[in-house]
Amino acid sequence: MADHLQELENQSVYIFREAYKHFKNLCMLWSIGKDSTVMLWLARKAFFGHVPFPLVHIDTNYKIDSMIAYRDKLAHEWNLKMVVGQNKKALAEGMNHTIGRLTCCGALKTEALKRTLEGSWERVVMQPDGSYAPEENSEPYTGVIVGARADEEGSRSKERYFSPRDKHNDWDVADQPPEFWNQFKTDFAPGTHVRIHPLLDWTEINIWEYIERENIPVIPLYYDQGQGTRYRSLGCAPCTGNIQSTATTPREIIEELRTTTIAERSGRAQDQEDPHAMEKLRRDGYM
Amino acid sequence: MSAQLAADLAREQMNIVIVGHVDHGKSTLVGRLLADSNSLPDGKLEHVQAICKRQGKVFEYAFLLDALEAEQDQGITIDSARCFFKTDQRDIIIIDAPGHIEFLKNMISGAARAEAAFLLIDAHEGVQENSRRHGYMLGMLGIKQINVVVNKMDLVDGDQATFARIEAEYRAFLKEIGMTPERFIPISARDGDNVAIRSKTMEWYDGPTVLEAVDLFTKAPPQEDLPFRLPVQDVYKFNARGDDRRIVAGRIESGSLKVGDEVLFSPSNKTSTVKSIEGFNIAPTDSAAAPNATGVTLTEQIYVGRGEVMTKVDVPPKVSTRFRANIVWLARQPMTMNTWYKLKLGTQELPCRIHELTKVLDASELSSDSETTEVGRHDVAEMVLETKSPVAFDLVADFEATSRFVLVDAYEIAGGGIILDSVEDNLGGLRADMRDREFAWVTGDVSNQDRSARFGHSPALVLLTGGTGVGKAAVARVLEKKLFDAGLNTYLLDGKNMALGVDHDIAEQAAAQADEILRRFAEVAHLFMDAGTVVVSTSNTFALADHGRIRTLVSPFPVVHVHVGDDPVDADLTLTGVDGDVDTAVEAIRSELESRGFVSG
Repeated sequence: MADHLQELENQSVYIFREAYKHFKNLCMLWSIGKDSTVMLWLARKAFFGHVPFPLVHIDTNYKIDSMIAYRDKLAHEWNLKMVVGQNKKALAEGMNHTIGRLTCCGALKTEALKRTLEGSWERVVMQPDGSYAPEENSEPYTGVIVGARADEEGSRSKERYFSPRDKHNDWDVADQPPEFWNQFKTDFAPGTHVRIHPLLDWTEINIWEYIERENIPVIPLYYDQGQGTRYRSLGCAPCTGNIQSTATTPREIIEELRTTTIAERSGRAQDQEDPHAMEKLRRDGYM
Repeated sequence: MSAQLAADLAREQMNIVIVGHVDHGKSTLVGRLLADSNSLPDGKLEHVQAICKRQGKVFEYAFLLDALEAEQDQGITIDSARCFFKTDQRDIIIIDAPGHIEFLKNMISGAARAEAAFLLIDAHEGVQENSRRHGYMLGMLGIKQINVVVNKMDLVDGDQATFARIEAEYRAFLKEIGMTPERFIPISARDGDNVAIRSKTMEWYDGPTVLEAVDLFTKAPPQEDLPFRLPVQDVYKFNARGDDRRIVAGRIESGSLKVGDEVLFSPSNKTSTVKSIEGFNIAPTDSAAAPNATGVTLTEQIYVGRGEVMTKVDVPPKVSTRFRANIVWLARQPMTMNTWYKLKLGTQELPCRIHELTKVLDASELSSDSETTEVGRHDVAEMVLETKSPVAFDLVADFEATSRFVLVDAYEIAGGGIILDSVEDNLGGLRADMRDREFAWVTGDVSNQDRSARFGHSPALVLLTGGTGVGKAAVARVLEKKLFDAGLNTYLLDGKNMALGVDHDIAEQAAAQADEILRRFAEVAHLFMDAGTVVVSTSNTFALADHGRIRTLVSPFPVVHVHVGDDPVDADLTLTGVDGDVDTAVEAIRSELESRGFVSG
């Protein structure tokens, strides 16, 4: 009899294999955070240690420093095809959060992501020596694996495992495909793409339970390094606050989450700008 | 694994869906359940109350769920929202499904994930259209534990007689579709009566509250004790970092498997033996069981791929091109006769169409219309479906995963269904013979994979049809030459050569020996394909009706039927107006082969 964590793993693995079979141009977004790192581990579960598609990271240039080093280290150790995109133009023009958090997210995340996925902006890919060089393939990705969880906030609770986006990247919340049992939307019209959500049924606690069970090396920013603080959710340095916590292991984090009544993304400043901030960002393509 | 983690994981988790007619109070009930069981994070209630205040409207518990703007504006749930709470006994995922008919497909998406259901009926309005339709859908989706919640009892002053009348009416309806609800619960979600707290105004009710009922649901028994089923998702050989394992991957839907077991793949009838159980970051093991996703390597390298159902040899699935099914149709465009839809059953994907439409009914009324020749949006129907080639399946009474399917029309999932029965298609006997042939087939040390790897393509039979004088013979000749020049192993199997050689003894009694001529043709093609060749042939001798037999005889190798001419024929590829332009026709066939993955560009 499988426990709930094993059932979650089984479902995620099943979704990964369906995605890999149906999408020729498939990629996975890796934000370096705990969720997408768990998802990366699940990909290795699904494909017996391999990750047979590229990982895409959108570098806003404001990420907490150690995130980039950690990304490249794991990419090397796990033999990943690491692809990076960035809004170089907006950065050159001085874009930052003081201009407006939602404006900044829109430019450095949403716009950069959209352009990177459709291949209209340069993608750089990690070389064997660890440096990055322009990627020759500029074909749009038609399947994009994303680590959204239904329990994160309201709009994500309405997602499908396989969720179509139209030519303008729009998510039509009111007209989503039906998902019967384990049959997903794997047919799509030219010009559209599908987002795939293997972690949809996972909760924040499930993520930590799995990190504990599998001993997954998530970035140490999630643990207290001796200052009595840690990050609960990772993003750009200027807009991500840490929390008071002395947790240094997944187990201690789980115990802490059991008693907290503070929302996971409370440290993410952009969410507080507008009551429907997240849904608006997501409609525009934010993940 | 730490002791604490083991203890945490021992806790049960359950998905429960809340369904019912629009405005009968589903979201309010879920909001109440969350609030009264202290499951909301700090600030969530205040956050939603602040939004209400800003927008100048009175707070309702439903807003906790309907977190999207569009829903608050209309005051109805559009999509299935999920939320999480826990009882002393287990962790619960509550799925709030929309009640508006327009969003039936969203209700289905939510309910298809559930193990148990609360079905709400408004005490004041009574049983409505979607009360019945949703009840029907729950049955079809396979949800057996149903509690009916009669809400808004405050509007009828907690009247026991009203409650009893609704219970009698709805019980009778469910009985008609073969379902038995576990209980009926009178509540007022708005006031919280009998949700988490026992009602003081309805003391006549002595059953459980909704929260208590949540803990009375039971988990389905493990599928591990049923016969073994694994729909193959894919066969992997990554070759990276020195990994040369060839792994058949899929999820074990029922039963268990161990190293040394003899396994059967259907519908291709290939057999092999399990050599190892594979996994990443797991302890070495020589067995695997439902419901785990797994991978196996085999001792004999056989030609199998996605879509096959792996079973033990002694309990095979059914294989036919026809089956009887119940379906629900969701697309705006009706489902019509003579239209091909994509069937997705387990991991198989292939064209199917209605062979016989038995009855169409309005699920809200159970009224049936036997005259109709199409299935409209939100209708349910019983029909015999016919697939282009044999499909492996089980009956819904025996297995769930291999008896459930969806139908795809123009990129969209347009309907879903369950298989009630296998239907004889006149090829059953032949398929049984072919199964025997495959079981006994002798292979040398060179496998089909070895041949494909060397030749750079997999085998196939390209069968050209068309009236006389359309130029199909010329197309066949040029096709063979083009494929050959492109480096493929290919052979033009000409009917005349069959008559001169293999059929020499019976060639003069062609009419009387038609079946034997067809059998010999297909067996020769089968040998060529077993040797890795792309066989090109024209088939004037065979009627289109014989193609089903040819496909069965050459299985597991694929047939690509190319029709030349303007007459409407159900081919894999139809080439019209070929005239003298043989090169264009050949190119079209080549790209068809390429798109099917038989040859690479």
